Amino acid sequence: MDPFLLEALLNGVLLGGVFALPVLGLNLVFGVVDVVWLCYAELVMVGMYAVWFLHVQMGWPLALAFVTCLPILAALGLLLHLLVVRPLLAAPPINQVLATGGVLFVLQGAATLVFSTDFRSLGVEMPPMELGEVFVSGTKLAAFVAALLGAAALWAFLKFTYVGTAIRAIARDREVMPLMGVDPKRIYLIASAVGGGLAGLAACLLVVQLDVHPFVGLSFGPITFMICVMGGLGNMLGGFLAAFLMGLIVSTGGFWWNTEMSYVVAFLFFILVIFLRPQGLFAR
Amino acid sequence: MSGAAGTLDLSGVHAGYGDFQALFGVGLRVEPGEAVGVVGPNGAGKTTLLRVISGLIRPRAGTLRFGGQDLAAMPAHELPGLGIAHVPENRRLFPHLTVEENLRVGAYAKAARAHFAERRDRVYAMFPRMKERRHQLAGTLSGGEQQMCAIGRALMSGPRILLLDEPSAGLAPLVVKAVFDLVARIRQEGLTVLIVEQNVAQVLRVVDRAYVLETGRVSAEGAAADLAADPAIRRSYLGGH
Ligand SMILES: Nc1ncnc2c1ncn2[C@@H]1O[C@H](COP(=O)(O)OP(=O)(O)OP(=O)(O)O)[C@@H](O)[C@H]1O
Ligand SMILES: [Mg+2]
Repeated sequence: MDPFLLEALLNGVLLGGVFALPVLGLNLVFGVVDVVWLCYAELVMVGMYAVWFLHVQMGWPLALAFVTCLPILAALGLLLHLLVVRPLLAAPPINQVLATGGVLFVLQGAATLVFSTDFRSLGVEMPPMELGEVFVSGTKLAAFVAALLGAAALWAFLKFTYVGTAIRAIARDREVMPLMGVDPKRIYLIASAVGGGLAGLAACLLVVQLDVHPFVGLSFGPITFMICVMGGLGNMLGGFLAAFLMGLIVSTGGFWWNTEMSYVVAFLFFILVIFLRPQGLFAR
Repeated sequence: MSGAAGTLDLSGVHAGYGDFQALFGVGLRVEPGEAVGVVGPNGAGKTTLLRVISGLIRPRAGTLRFGGQDLAAMPAHELPGLGIAHVPENRRLFPHLTVEENLRVGAYAKAARAHFAERRDRVYAMFPRMKERRHQLAGTLSGGEQQMCAIGRALMSGPRILLLDEPSAGLAPLVVKAVFDLVARIRQEGLTVLIVEQNVAQVLRVVDRAYVLETGRVSAEGAAADLAADPAIRRSYLGGH
């Protein structure tokens, strides 16, 4: 096979791994709380700034900055739920979307005020790795492995713990949960914290590949939402698979045409999917 | 007063949905170890009554006590911890979870988690079919199996009283008989049972006493045998004369 195509395919898989985390986080929160966090990519942006600030400005070791980013974002997820989502739980969906969309602009504005619009770089780069005939960026490979580990940890949490099982149950039937001794309010809080934590992990993986600026969310937010819809909103496995599909489309699109064009192709594919399978590619 | 370990005691309970009132001053008492039935026509408020007891709906007036505890003062999710388990109308299993995962959700309460393995094994001993199907999705079970799974899920919290809402609904006659045999077996385990049924003839055979609920009011109550012999009840519910 053409080594360049092979490289494009490989990069597509790596990219899919990075898309997967925010997709899982959004789907988790939507499945449980039934509210779309429109500001999800901006939470990731805050996490990227947190890592950059702790590592570059404060001089913390990178690993420590990563580890600190997760609880910060989990707390941010909790705050978002308590301050914005919870008061609107009974409100019409459009109000919820407007509110979390408002948070998006607030976070962009706050980031601009605090950090200006400069592009901030972590300045870390791992040496490229040679796999057979192709080279892959060591950073991307490390990010991919971390994303898979994060997804596996999430899966184990949902599959094997009491709280995780209740999270999967509540996504189907909210009303009977108290009969099982489950306080839905508490499950909402846990899902929001985990959703925030996943944004934090995504931030760690992205900040080594992209420079941070207040609008960096625009470079992966829209595609994240497209993937969620393609996989079926709230469908974790569907979203996970769709993330890889989208990663492959974007990166092979770049091989056949060019990078700008590849996003156009991805968007056309998305439109095709919502026409043909509005319930999502992987709906059962 | 505070003793009465596990007596369920309702008096003057009013409840409803929004502007609609479904229960008008309902009183009911279930002693520990008793099996009590609630029968009545569609829309009488039977489901509403059970939902009030398990805290899914708040009463507008009246008192609601279990073992001397005021239930109306507690959030619904704390009631399983008191020993109240409710098998809801239409079973309401989680169809996309396996049988065993459904049981795990039933053992969610902190105090129940430590007993998970032991109670699960008891449920499996009671329903060998559930053990065979433990890794199967609950949505793929037959109606009778789903009822077993729903009852098993309720037993996972280690209840003192089991509230059953029309466990025989939608089941084939042979399975209905199995479900009522099951109620008899649950009683032998020392559990108190409050059971709502449309299947009046069958339920009066397994309970000690019963209440007749009509348009939100108790219209008759008494020993099961007396009710079964009552001409008015026979006419309305037993198709007799
Ligand atoms: N969620 C609800 N909102 C409004 N009204 C309701 C609701 N649930 C029940 N009702 C009304 O309350 C009344 C009592 O309903 P309930 O379900 O308690 O009756 P039931 O005795 O259980 O009937 P069935 O035998 O058909 O199950 C009915 O008139 C019903 O229409
Ligand atoms: Mg009913």
